[in-house]
Amino acid sequence: MRRPISLYGLTFSLPLLVWQVLFFVFPLVFLIALSFWTVKNFRMQPDFDSVNWATMYGRSIFWKAYGTTFAMAAAASALASALAFPCSYAISFKLSDTARRWAVFLMVIPFFTSYLVRVYSWQIFLSDAGIINVMLGWVGLGPYALLNTVGATIIGYLTLTFPLVVLLQLFSLVFIDRTLIEAAHNLRCGRLRTVFTVVIPSARVGLVVAALFAFILSFGDFVSPIYLGGGDPTTLSILITDTTKSGQQWPRAAVIALTMIGTLLVVAFAAVRFAYKGRTK
Amino acid sequence: MSATDTANINRNRAIDVALKVYIVLGYAFVFAPIAASFVFSFNSDRFPSIPLGHFSLEWYQAVASDPLVWQGLRNTLFVGVTVGIVATALGFGAAYTDYRYRFFGKQIYLALALLPPTIPVIILGLAMLAYLSRINLSGNALSVIIAHVVICAPFAMAIIRLRLSQMDPDLEAAAWNLGASEWAAMRHVIVPFAKPAILGALFITMAVSFDEFAIAWFVSGLNETLPVKVLGFLQGQVSPRINAIGTFVFVTSMSLVILAQLLLTGRGQKARPAADE
Repeated sequence: MRRPISLYGLTFSLPLLVWQVLFFVFPLVFLIALSFWTVKNFRMQPDFDSVNWATMYGRSIFWKAYGTTFAMAAAASALASALAFPCSYAISFKLSDTARRWAVFLMVIPFFTSYLVRVYSWQIFLSDAGIINVMLGWVGLGPYALLNTVGATIIGYLTLTFPLVVLLQLFSLVFIDRTLIEAAHNLRCGRLRTVFTVVIPSARVGLVVAALFAFILSFGDFVSPIYLGGGDPTTLSILITDTTKSGQQWPRAAVIALTMIGTLLVVAFAAVRFAYKGRTK
Repeated sequence: MSATDTANINRNRAIDVALKVYIVLGYAFVFAPIAASFVFSFNSDRFPSIPLGHFSLEWYQAVASDPLVWQGLRNTLFVGVTVGIVATALGFGAAYTDYRYRFFGKQIYLALALLPPTIPVIILGLAMLAYLSRINLSGNALSVIIAHVVICAPFAMAIIRLRLSQMDPDLEAAAWNLGASEWAAMRHVIVPFAKPAILGALFITMAVSFDEFAIAWFVSGLNETLPVKVLGFLQGQVSPRINAIGTFVFVTSMSLVILAQLLLTGRGQKARPAADE
């Protein structure tokens, strides 16, 4: 092995390290410091005061938003996983290799379309005179208030997470040892039972990671709750944008952001523990 | 295909068909908003719905005659191209580091190289805004570039690392044995081999930057990029202009992605070391 430290090696290793420490680690650390600053006369000043934490944690609106956000993100994650699974299962087991490659390619396309544009597009579908209500009108139903509801927010979350969940599930499903499924069939294991006792346990890590990403994305998203959910009920992300953009209450926004990071860390840790539970490696 | 054939033992046509219908439904959900945005960008109605109005380019004209949109487009292009180059360079360095070196703390190095995209953008946006305004770097195009490189470099690193893992590790050592310096081996062996991935990473990171709006919204100040402008349209009078911009950005991004795809698969098949240098 060559000596690891040389001018040559550092030329390639250091730039990214320096950049990510300066502009990724430092901002997040600074957020912690900021949460202890105080605001007087609309000006922030460095301080070491827990007033922001006390203020935010003492407000019922904060805890209500926290509960709402957590519940909606969890629901979106569960729903995305449940809806995506038959799709990724069918793509990995029922399609030819060529069709599967096309399916993957098509699922990647949404990542390169603007999420904002897709959310606006859902408004066209869901508004009172929108496509869905017009179609319902043809059969004599409605109109229903679809926009500015929790359901619309969840549709937005699904728009954000569904393609990613399908892709992540796919990656774990295509690597399942097919002989396991064959063995289950030879042992007269029924189709559904094979899925639940062989396929899902084999792909558990991928399925849990997919659900985790769906949770993280939904938990932090502010576009769907505002533009599809109408800002009601308030989520933590809305609370952050409001607190940051109106008035100089950045320290309080930092408290919310840090609470979100803490929550995500706990959820991610629990999810990974669950994913690898009972595995030796 | 033998694997799927063996699964035929208890295969049921009805279930197969049902599952395939389900796939179509899944893609319909994903593509409905994308297709609608495309269709309604050419539709005359102020409040888009069905039945369709007549074909019209008025939203494209409205967008094209808005100087703020052009301003946004210029900012987006400038930011995107700069971010693409810087993020690809940093990502290449990190991918090569991971490929070649083993050192103490490598796990932490890789975590720093790959974690940023998993942090919610709204939190990164707030953290960047607070930090960059503290060091007087906020509210201009540079701050957007800084923030976008943080989230784009991991993508570049992943793409290039994948390509390097296809390379025979003896290739570089062979170059050294033949008397090449490390720098010469890098220039004549590694870079040519990784070139398709480098170009792919360049286009993918540009496309990511083109579409990112949340962090840009927090830190850009008056130098709004196009996606931030779209956010403004969403907040203000809702208008089908969004569809026109969306369609335009979609076509641009997809061209970049397809270009990247062609580079990564088409030319990547045959490994060509220094021959064309």
